[in-house]
Amino acid sequence: MIVTAGWYMTLAAVLFTVGLLGILVRRNALIMFMCVELMLNAVNLTFVAAGRANSTLDGQVAVFFVLVVAAAEVVVGLAIIVAIFRNRSTASVDELAELRG
Amino acid sequence: MVELVLFFLMAAGALAGALTVIFAKNPIHAAMGLFGTLFSLAVMYVVNLAHLMAAVQVIVYAGAVMTLFLFVIMLIGVDKTEDMSEQLPFQRKLVIGLAVIIVGLGGGLAFGGRLAWTPLSKPDGLFPNGTIQAIAERLFTGWVLAFEVTALLLTIAAAGAIALAQFRRREVEE
Repeated sequence: MIVTAGWYMTLAAVLFTVGLLGILVRRNALIMFMCVELMLNAVNLTFVAAGRANSTLDGQVAVFFVLVVAAAEVVVGLAIIVAIFRNRSTASVDELAELRG
Repeated sequence: MVELVLFFLMAAGALAGALTVIFAKNPIHAAMGLFGTLFSLAVMYVVNLAHLMAAVQVIVYAGAVMTLFLFVIMLIGVDKTEDMSEQLPFQRKLVIGLAVIIVGLGGGLAFGGRLAWTPLSKPDGLFPNGTIQAIAERLFTGWVLAFEVTALLLTIAAAGAIALAQFRRREVEE
């Protein structure tokens, strides 16, 4: 059996779904954030696999840019979580649903 | 053959890590699960000849980002008392319905023989080797504008993080 790009696509789809379910089910803002990272990485895997199947380097360059955006997102997101936690002493998104200060 | 074995090993690792992320009560266990997933994906990148991206994945994601996550978990304390009761009506039903649809689609694709991959362009058999030199040549020729924009994005993110910390200090002083 030869591992085709479709196998990687399927694995990426499953990982993406797991991340999406985590965001829908969990309440802890940190865990939801990790699920976003999971989804980003699932997409990265599709880029790498498709780039190899199409004999192009552009897939890997796209992964590079997704990594940069994810790093920027982590910096700002975690700063927001810490700022919220200092104000409200909770990281549960349900308790932050009301936008009262 | 090597790729087949590695694929199944690393797919199992990545899935186990992903499930740990969404099922772990303790956020530190979730972070470790995410670490396992990221590392498994890095091995898959090596199998797909994306050597530089595998190194960057381990250094940036498994190194820097996970350290940042663990740092924040330690900073705000390990919160194991997560209230799993739903406050939005219909959301749980929505999730279950969504899960059934997606699993059905994925299973249908997997068992319907759609795992065969048809490339857009006919590959010349030469798989691109993702070395530093090859990536840099592509990055600084075709993608140079996007590269500049990411530099701007990173500057804005750093400034934003500093601003978020700064607002707090001003409030405390007043």
